[in-house]
Amino acid sequence: MNYHWNWGIYLEQIKGGDETYLDWLITGFGWTVAVSLSAWVIALTLGIAVGVLRTAPSKVVVAISTAWVELFRNIPLLVQMFLWFFVVPELLPREWGLWVKQDMPAKEFMTATICLGFFTSSRVAEQVRAGIQSITHGQRMAGLAMGFTLPQTYRYILLPTALRMVIPPLTSEFMNVFKNSSVAFAIGVMELTFQARQMQEDSEQGIETFLAVTVLYFVCAFTANRVMAVIEKRAQIPGNIAGQH
Amino acid sequence: MSEMPEAMIKINNVSKWYGDFKVLTDCTTSVAKGEVIVVCGPSGSGKSTLIKCVNGLEAFQQGDITVKGISVGDPKTNLPKLRAHVGMVFQHFELFPHMTITDNLSIAQIKVLGRSKDEAHAKTMKLLDRVGLKAHAHKHPGQLSGGQQQRVAIARALCMDPICMLFDEPTSALDPEMVNEVLDVMVQLAKEGMTMMCVTHEMGFARKVSNRVIFMDNGNIVEDATKDDFFGTPRSERAQQFLSKILSH
Ligand SMILES: Nc1ncnc2c1ncn2[C@@H]1O[C@H](COP(=O)(O)OP(=O)(O)OP(=O)(O)O)[C@@H](O)[C@H]1O
Ligand SMILES: [Mg+2]
Repeated sequence: MNYHWNWGIYLEQIKGGDETYLDWLITGFGWTVAVSLSAWVIALTLGIAVGVLRTAPSKVVVAISTAWVELFRNIPLLVQMFLWFFVVPELLPREWGLWVKQDMPAKEFMTATICLGFFTSSRVAEQVRAGIQSITHGQRMAGLAMGFTLPQTYRYILLPTALRMVIPPLTSEFMNVFKNSSVAFAIGVMELTFQARQMQEDSEQGIETFLAVTVLYFVCAFTANRVMAVIEKRAQIPGNIAGQH
Repeated sequence: MSEMPEAMIKINNVSKWYGDFKVLTDCTTSVAKGEVIVVCGPSGSGKSTLIKCVNGLEAFQQGDITVKGISVGDPKTNLPKLRAHVGMVFQHFELFPHMTITDNLSIAQIKVLGRSKDEAHAKTMKLLDRVGLKAHAHKHPGQLSGGQQQRVAIARALCMDPICMLFDEPTSALDPEMVNEVLDVMVQLAKEGMTMMCVTHEMGFARKVSNRVIFMDNGNIVEDATKDDFFGTPRSERAQQFLSKILSH
């Protein structure tokens, strides 16, 4: 192999600039984390809400929330990215569309975050729905029989149990958010993958570049995994989960 | 002339369908204030369905039910408010697994009745003491035996100062050695004058404290008799068969 190794490349300056490649990688890492965490907040909020609505007594509500899940789950993420970026602004009322295209601050970041957040929300919603449906009917009955309204029954009884049960699948969704955030490069977010391609072209040190990026993605996903493991441990109920027969 | 005792629960010509399947057929009965009635009958006869209609956990399509004069089937009735004062105990306890025993007893007092935390806590401790489980207050339901869990469930219902209590086979999921600790609490409650409607096959309990026994079969109330009449001379053949089966073991 004729590859010219250069492990010092990270600290070298980019061509025609005074930043180092390490600066690029750090910027990329920052955007990756920013997109992923913001998207995760959106995904959890919307996902829990939609997951709850999928178990609601009203057929109309169930139909709408099911449509939500199917819509965001069945279109490839990359296509969704382009749809949000190029198509959605055209569908908005003219004034808004113009604002989005010209004046919205951090346009690429906002678009990528919303796109990834909505996409992931459909997956979170499915987990939350499954969690709620795995709780016995008796728990819902017991809540209602105590005089709780249906929303209170969800809030105090069904959701706390359901969310505990779905921590393991949510852990992999949380890790997926970091991995999926790489798609944001396609609309120009300067996240890790974007920076990697830029560094690889600029430095022509492909192996060092992608090794560093691999390590940084690994750190993200691994940290996400550990954080969720701590939450799972904290949320554990002494004497296991009863109420499931 | 003796006054008619005030009816706490009135069930009048109630019928219910699950799709095409008729689960309840023209059920009529009533429970007077302070009365204890036992509902029995073979599996699938509609006992649970009937008792769940009383606090509106199940909807019914015909007839009407009133609890202390309030119509359960009326769409204008505030069901959560009504249910808050109708205690219910389930076969599988249905304690809230993620909460401590204390929180299981307090949460509805606080969130539904609007009691202060201190007030709710005082009531909680009083009732835990009453069912002999004060020492377990800090535990979670999964750390208690079945009998203990069911006593907690009864205490949880009593915390709401119920005007009547509904029991759906409260002892049938328990190991035999735990049945009595739960029945003792129920007997005590009956003796204090609580209005009770109990689905149970514990005929000892029925003999000891019930005023009337209702026998259901196929969604019909086949027999509605005083305790002595029921155990002395059940009129229907089905009830006789049922009794002989149940009392033989
Ligand atoms: N959600 C439902 N949908 C359709 N049928 C139902 C439903 N719930 C109950 N049933 C049917 O209604 C009938 C009465 O059920 P119910 O639970 O009231 O009987 P039960 O007398 O309490 O029996 P058990 O002693 O087994 O508890 C049964 O035939 C049952 O299969
Ligand atoms: Mg039953």
